[in-house]
Amino acid sequence: MLVQPETKGTRIRIEGRVVDGDGAPVPDALVEIWQANAAGRYNHPLDEGPSPLDPFFLGFGRSGTEDDGRYWFETVKPGAVRFDKNRLQAPHISVTVFARGMLNHVATRLYFPDDPETEHDPILHLVPEERRKTLIASREEAGGAVTYRFDVVLRGALETAFFQAASAPA
Amino acid sequence: MSVTTIGEIVRGDREIFPPYLYEAYQSTRRRAPSLPLVEVPLTISELTGPGPAISAITSEDADLTRNAGTGGEAIGQRIIVVGRVVDENGSPLPNTLLEIWQANAAGRYLHKRDQWPAPLDPHFLGMGRCLTDREGQYRFLTIRPGAYPWRNHPNAWRPAHIHFSIFGPSTLSRLVTQMYFPGDPLHELDPIMNSIPTDAARKRLIAAYDHGVTEPEWALGFRWDIVVRGDFATPFESNGNR
Ligand SMILES: [Fe+2]
Repeated sequence: MLVQPETKGTRIRIEGRVVDGDGAPVPDALVEIWQANAAGRYNHPLDEGPSPLDPFFLGFGRSGTEDDGRYWFETVKPGAVRFDKNRLQAPHISVTVFARGMLNHVATRLYFPDDPETEHDPILHLVPEERRKTLIASREEAGGAVTYRFDVVLRGALETAFFQAASAPA
Repeated sequence: MSVTTIGEIVRGDREIFPPYLYEAYQSTRRRAPSLPLVEVPLTISELTGPGPAISAITSEDADLTRNAGTGGEAIGQRIIVVGRVVDENGSPLPNTLLEIWQANAAGRYLHKRDQWPAPLDPHFLGMGRCLTDREGQYRFLTIRPGAYPWRNHPNAWRPAHIHFSIFGPSTLSRLVTQMYFPGDPLHELDPIMNSIPTDAARKRLIAAYDHGVTEPEWALGFRWDIVVRGDFATPFESNGNR
């Protein structure tokens, strides 16, 4: 739960499963997310705005997985953050997964299928085209509440695209 | 122009870090990524991270011998674990959140998945946290954890260890690793430790006994320094409860 009643922005739920190379649920994973607030500002000294901070939003969440590999977060949709001087990145959430049997953690991003900027995102374009869909959540709506479903596949043909970061800033 | 990637430094460094897939560690066969990692430039999303924000709101709870809230004290050999958290240039990381978790003195975790026949200790949760001070120093008071069996291979035992989680200033400094104790004969039998490629790198996971940290009539002292992101980085792993 990343939101409080005072938090600004559109409420969303992120939900998904962590599965292994056999398609079996990973019941002992730890999923961490990091995101900008609804205005597109990270709660971090390196992000100097000009978008405003939200005193009621840290942008960090942690969820263990259940027996069926499921995790969830209640948060707000992040705003767009900068890519370089002239360009913005599409709204996204950084996702990190830790688990027993993973000697290094894995890092990826969740993108929104219904955001017009997603298809233009400069980072998403670095992912081989056939794997881009693994980073785009699917949208579900029930009773006015929006859930973005984002499964993390650790291994195999449908494996989620994981990142390693280059040392050079964008 | 050749660009050294953080990926190479942090994940791919064959000298220091384990591969994702290490056959002797059974679970990696189903959980290690098999496709190439996608190399991405560092944007504001990677250069920031939750460390500073969550450090500001965390209360200190660095005494695992008494933080169960029962009023009682955990059973076991009392130990003090101290060290410094520095970056690759040797600069201390102040005000950084460290979380630790560990088995109790008998080698059992307080966790529903841990059901082996060793006693639980009602006064021991096995979790603690603290912030580094201005010089990047941390200090925990806890009890020495026991070794425990696991199902990786017949008669498999994990050497005594303490799990450490460090946030640091950005997503790049995020680190989860294990600290081991000196002189443990189980080290060389442990596939998790052996997945670290070199002896020098493995040694960086082993704390040193420090008589200067030991307090008379009270507790034994161990020192373990942590380097995040860089050539001398502490080997890390991703780890849930085990
Ligand atoms: Fe453990």
